[in-house]
Formats: sequence, C-alpha cells, structure tokens
Amino acid sequence: MATIRVHEAPFDAGAEIAALSAGRTDIGGIGCFVGVVRGGDGRDAVAEMTLEHYPAMTVRAIERVVAEAEQRWPLLGCTVIHRTGTLRPGEPIVLVLAASAHRQPALEATQFLIDWLKTCAPFWKQERMRDGQARWVEARAEDDEAAERWR
Amino acid sequence: MSTRGVTVLYFAWLKERVGVGEELVELPAGIGTVGVLADWLAARSPRHAEAFAARATIRAAVNQDFATPDTPVSPGDEVAFFPPVTGG
Repeated sequence: MATIRVHEAPFDAGAEIAALSAGRTDIGGIGCFVGVVRGGDGRDAVAEMTLEHYPAMTVRAIERVVAEAEQRWPLLGCTVIHRTGTLRPGEPIVLVLAASAHRQPALEATQFLIDWLKTCAPFWKQERMRDGQARWVEARAEDDEAAERWR
Repeated sequence: MSTRGVTVLYFAWLKERVGVGEELVELPAGIGTVGVLADWLAARSPRHAEAFAARATIRAAVNQDFATPDTPVSPGDEVAFFPPVTGG
C-alpha cells in the first residue's frame, strides 16, 4: 500500500498526491510534509548538502516506520520519498504523504512519519559551506525528543 | 567469504576516519557482540582508534537492523557502524 522510494532525482509533490488518490473515493484527507534544504546566511551559509545513506538498510528502515504508522492510524495510503546525493538550498529533500478518511489521522501520521524518519532511517547529511568547509550535520536533541513524543 | 568472515561497513565521518567504507574481517574466537567487535576493531590501526574514540556517539546495525553493544555478531553477518542518523 505504501510507496517508498529513495533516489537522487527530484520529486513532484503534486504528482505524488495525485497518484496516491487516483481512482479513490474513500480518502478524506492527505497530510503532506516536504523537507527542504535550508541555506541560512552569512558565514554559516550552506552552499550544498550531500546525503549519504546505507542502501541495503534504508528502504527496510522506512518500511518499519510506515508499518508503525499503519498500526497507529487508519491510513488509506502513504508515500515516503527521500532524496540522496548532493542538493542545493531550496531543493526538496523528503516527501511524506499520509492519506486517511479524516484529517486528524492524516495530519498526525504525517508528523509521526517525519519525526521517526529523522531518527530511524540511516541517512547522514554533510553540509558544504560557502567558504568551502564541509561538516557532518550532528543529530539534534530536539529531533530525538520529537520522535520520543510518539513512544 | 571465509567461514569466520564478517563484513564491516562504515558511514559518514566513521568512513572518513577509518579510510574505507567496507572491510572484511576474520572474526576472532571470543568476539560475540557488537560492543566487543568495536573494541577489537578500534585496536586494528591508529585510524580505527580515532574513528572509534567517540564510542558513545557511534551507532550500529547488524544485518541492516539497528543494534546495541549487546547484540550478537556471528560469522557471515554484516555489521555497520555510523554516527546518529540525520536524515529527513
């Protein structure tokens, strides 16, 4: 039921929403989250971001998070697309869609999915600053706390 | 793969510090968990020692499942070491 993809190419959120709901009349709402590369400004401005991942594990890890969402909410469909490779500020990184008969499960499941993806899927971001310096993004305590809220 | 071979993978800054993303190691007798394997790997070279220095921040997976230091490791397994994930 769920669509899960991990690739370098851009995604079209509108087309994915259309695909999720095509030919169906049982869906009453679709939650949507699009994560975007944040550029910042000044000395800390990010020129580009590279996403590394663990290919043999990534889709399985996302499948587990989706399965957990399906246990918790009456979902009628779900799409998770995560990009890899080198992206520039303003480019979308991740798409999460969750469809349900009503808005509350759709919105809650969307938030759950992105919160857990951030702590349960094997991706690592490396930022390259405008001055050429590269640094691995450190995991943030707020992300762990956001994921923990759902436990 | 030899009978006691374990594939070890490194990601992100662990890969940079060790200098390779993947290595095949012969699992010595007595090394049966992720934590003991990490100790043994750390002693392989100065680069390994540097990579494993921040042990508390390193995460692991065995056969593509998240693992803890107590997770068993057996010959034929794929064991990955990496920093806390930062996707999304």
